[in-house]
Amino acid sequence: MSETKLDHRFGPYGGQYVPETLMPALAELEAAWLSARVDDDFQAELGRLLRDYAGRPTPLYLAERLSAAAGRTIYLKREDLIHTGAHKINNALGQALLAVRMGKRRIIAETGAGQHGVASATACALLELECVVYMGAEDIRRQAPNVQRMELLGATVVAVEAGARTLKEAVSEAIRDWVTNVADSHYIIGSAVGPAPYPAIVRDLQRCIGDEARAQILEREGRLPQRVIACVGGGSNAIGAFTAFVGDDDVELIGVEAAGEGIDSGRHGAPLTAGGRPGVLHGSLSALLQDDEGQIAEAHSISAGLDYPGSGPEHAWLRDSGRATYVAVTDDEALAAFERTAQLEGIIPALEPAHAIHYALHVPSDSDLDLICLSGRGDKDLAEVLKLLGR
Amino acid sequence: MMNGAERIAAAFSGRKGRAALMPYLMGGFPDIETSLGIGNAYVEGGADLIELGVPFSDPLADGPVIQSAGSAALAAGATLDLVLGVAGELSARLPIVLMCYSNAILARGTDRFVDEIAAAGVSGLIVPDLPLEEAPATSKSCAAAGVAFVGLAAPTSTDQRLAAIGAATQGFLYTVAVAGTTGERGDDSDYGEVIARVRSHTSAPVALGFGISTPEQASAAAGAGADGVIIGSRLVREAAEADQPPAACKTLVEQFARALR
Ligand SMILES: Cc1ncc(COP(=O)(O)O)c(C=O)c1O
Repeated sequence: MSETKLDHRFGPYGGQYVPETLMPALAELEAAWLSARVDDDFQAELGRLLRDYAGRPTPLYLAERLSAAAGRTIYLKREDLIHTGAHKINNALGQALLAVRMGKRRIIAETGAGQHGVASATACALLELECVVYMGAEDIRRQAPNVQRMELLGATVVAVEAGARTLKEAVSEAIRDWVTNVADSHYIIGSAVGPAPYPAIVRDLQRCIGDEARAQILEREGRLPQRVIACVGGGSNAIGAFTAFVGDDDVELIGVEAAGEGIDSGRHGAPLTAGGRPGVLHGSLSALLQDDEGQIAEAHSISAGLDYPGSGPEHAWLRDSGRATYVAVTDDEALAAFERTAQLEGIIPALEPAHAIHYALHVPSDSDLDLICLSGRGDKDLAEVLKLLGR
Repeated sequence: MMNGAERIAAAFSGRKGRAALMPYLMGGFPDIETSLGIGNAYVEGGADLIELGVPFSDPLADGPVIQSAGSAALAAGATLDLVLGVAGELSARLPIVLMCYSNAILARGTDRFVDEIAAAGVSGLIVPDLPLEEAPATSKSCAAAGVAFVGLAAPTSTDQRLAAIGAATQGFLYTVAVAGTTGERGDDSDYGEVIARVRSHTSAPVALGFGISTPEQASAAAGAGADGVIIGSRLVREAAEADQPPAACKTLVEQFARALR
């Protein structure tokens, strides 16, 4: 109907499978982002916040002891060191500024691990916006410290009791809130999922990860990495890490999903790895865990941030087009990598990127130079991990 | 034999000045047999058409009552085929408009899905998460099978969108009364504005739904010019709470039918 300028489709994936009520808001959002992203004042303000408030650029760290363990050079892109402790703040700050620009003073967000909820609550505190965060009741239990942080920051956390009471249900409830309050609210989706134009906007806001890392590794090593490895829940840190390298044909891009209790167990969060028929969840067509009738299956992962049956549409296309590869790592393997990283490097990673680290450490490869996106820090996971490790 | 669009048109034109009553039925809730009983009760209570919902795990356009009825139906073993069995029985009595989310359609394959619902006697199809931009393949299949592909208009739709939706819709135009999900709403509603706006963009009958939960609201909608009134969550709640869902739903439908006379 209107002229499309942001990506709506990635190959066959993506689209806008939402109630009509939201279609005008998606068009408004697209127009706002198209103008904001070329507006010098907006970009200057976002750049200032990312630098002075959040702490960008984040360091690229040569992890010598992990490298020794893996038998190849491993660099970690330290998103764990950014304000609020995960890459989610890159997107939350950008979209909160965009909401202000659109005149919307009420923010809706969903959260799984709590990192996107904390990031949104933080951006809202800073910009004087009202913030409502939907979170599955099971995630509220396993990520309790983040619930307290959100509330301290002034956000309202709403427990979602439907279904498996995790990220999928939280996203659904956030979308229902948005359908109801679309006139004065902006929905800050937390990953590279959802109806167009969200996957493109989230990618634009997260691509700083890979843009910085590419320049940093060229400066340090004088060459590009052989592999860029990132964990994939909905896919925002991964698309952020990959985008700068997509045109570098020699750089392998590897997304690591949650194999949960094992792909064969059916209890996992790895739709891209498991394959199968694509489907529609939360407004876009992509790789999806579902049954023969098209009912969405429950995902399972030890890490709340990867516990999602869907995936970002651009990842589904990167997979089909052969540009990126998707693999999966189990709960137990991620736990082991969590502990190993703490002991070898003095870095407690979030459980989500622990999946990526396990893959780099244990799956044989000819690569001699890996770049891993360490998407967040593990403080939020401590209580749960110590319980699982029986301490 | 009339095709689906013609059957729907006849249901709207046969009502002699009063608004058509279209109660919503969650297929398979609380179980398949009872849902058929409730559907028959709707017929006997004075319904003109029935909107039959296919239960879905993640219904984005639905509020808590229809969400939990859908989950309960799935837990009780509802499948598309079983719901189409209900459609088959009911379509002998009234035109059936199927409400189904897009992933269930994709799972079966769009053409096959549409052929199967047509074979079950379904007259129209509403897909709440398939806006105009995503609808061409489905609406084309429907046209080929003689099923009316019913468009949705919202209070937030721009005039430009309403014009396109109003021109494309078949059978009637499903007009969402409020920005929001399905669910009972207490406010004494002023439906005049949304109906007038939508009507200026379509020649199809305008049916109003979402939030209409009392006979007073139904008659307000009819008074404001709606050609049809859709009652959803109020009836589904009755099915959830009543000891004898068919009898209780029949009484309720009678009250709505009386309000529209
Ligand atoms: C630290 C961290 N990494 C990764 C993820 C997964 O999200 P995404 O795939 O969008 O990066 C999350 C989500 O909560 C997270 O907190």
